[in-house]
Amino acid sequence: MNFWRAVIAIVWKDIRAELRTKDIFSSMFVFALLTVILFNFAFELRVPDMKMVVPGIVWVAISFAGTLGLNRAFVIEQDKGSLAGLLLAPVDRAAIYFGKLIGNLLFMFVVEIIILPLVMIFYNLSLLSPEHLLVLLLGTYGFAAVGTVFAAIAVNTRAREVMLPILLFPVLLPVLIAGVKMTGALLDGELLGSLGNWLQIVVVYDVGFTVVAYLTFGYVMEE
Amino acid sequence: MSEAAEAGRAVAPAMIELRKLTKAFGSKAALRGIDLRVAPGESLVIFGPNGAGKTTLIRILASLSRPTSGKVLIGGLDLATHADGIRRYLGVVSHAPLLYDSLTAEENLRFFARLYNLPAPGERIAGLLEQVGLSGRRHDLVRTFSRGMVQRLAIARALLHDPLVLLLDEPDTGLDPQAAEMLHGLLVQLSKTPPAGEGEPARTIVTVTHSIERGLAIADRVVILVGGQIAFEGRTAGLTPASFRPIYDRCVGGDR
Repeated sequence: MNFWRAVIAIVWKDIRAELRTKDIFSSMFVFALLTVILFNFAFELRVPDMKMVVPGIVWVAISFAGTLGLNRAFVIEQDKGSLAGLLLAPVDRAAIYFGKLIGNLLFMFVVEIIILPLVMIFYNLSLLSPEHLLVLLLGTYGFAAVGTVFAAIAVNTRAREVMLPILLFPVLLPVLIAGVKMTGALLDGELLGSLGNWLQIVVVYDVGFTVVAYLTFGYVMEE
Repeated sequence: MSEAAEAGRAVAPAMIELRKLTKAFGSKAALRGIDLRVAPGESLVIFGPNGAGKTTLIRILASLSRPTSGKVLIGGLDLATHADGIRRYLGVVSHAPLLYDSLTAEENLRFFARLYNLPAPGERIAGLLEQVGLSGRRHDLVRTFSRGMVQRLAIARALLHDPLVLLLDEPDTGLDPQAAEMLHGLLVQLSKTPPAGEGEPARTIVTVTHSIERGLAIADRVVILVGGQIAFEGRTAGLTPASFRPIYDRCVGGDR
């Protein structure tokens, strides 16, 4: 019971702080928006069918903006010494992980909710089907589940802003490739049922890394 | 007697015990075989030059850093295996405030009260804010506070769960003399205040500071740490800043 009480307290604290500063959201949103606009200008006259490039654009925007958000989420805590305050509390380290994970997920979802309609307007495609949203949900969860652990590792390194993407993206490849493939297939009119292998990869990835993160986060946070 | 106090006293004669404690960062040794006991209710002050290992020692006691070898027992429990339980009995004030500057003073305390699972903390929070002189600023964001006010709020945060052991790591760093004096007065008061009300022995306090005057004023015992080793250990009774200064200079002479 105390575990989930601590998780909720950490999520509440992150949302409250973010609503006041908008540090994380503003950097993520501006980056995602610029990505969508820049790719639109780069591709609009050269690509015969936007369906060929939109999956890549969507996942580049999500993953790069997400990396920015993950970095900020831990750097803000570390620079102001508040991370140590959190670690001094008598709560399971895994509760800190889930609290930060849920906060990061919420910020990413908010950015996606704003960016997706813009992608649909700029590229004249629909991404609002339940299948698309499921793929985005699973992919974003996988990204945040792994990203939260790696952001916690990177924040203690000297070149932390550079270190996070270097550490994170090789591990994220399966979920990013699966996300791009499934988004592309759905845009081509395929049904979710025909994407079984990719879907399995993402689900196994999400579950597997959540368990690994749950078991290892305590060691990650120690000096 | 509170549950925390009972747990702390029932299990061991020493509240804090370090056995052959070492810590190395790569090839550099920060602590070299520290043996130390602090009795329940005792106030210990640790002096030493920069790089002596004082902050490393406090971080290990606070369970923020793992020792390379040796044992740390707090309330008779091994910190390596009972860290989550021991944290409940620890309060820490360091030169970093350990607070969220985009939350108000009250929101910060409410957040930490939830983490410490304190039931109905409203009254406790109001009392602590009053005690540290911040009740008038309870709804203000911490980022609008002066350094002295932040440190006073940090003390309120550290005392929120009524800890048996208080670890103070240079709490007056960066404060102007007036704010440092006010903080010192608060710490003197704390060192004499029992954790759970009347009839209880005082808190066990470990203070790291560079101020010999203030350190000796709040401590029962003094340790000088040099090069990760204890160079001097003794009681403060009978010691004045003037009589202690030559001892300190002799101990750290070769390490400056």
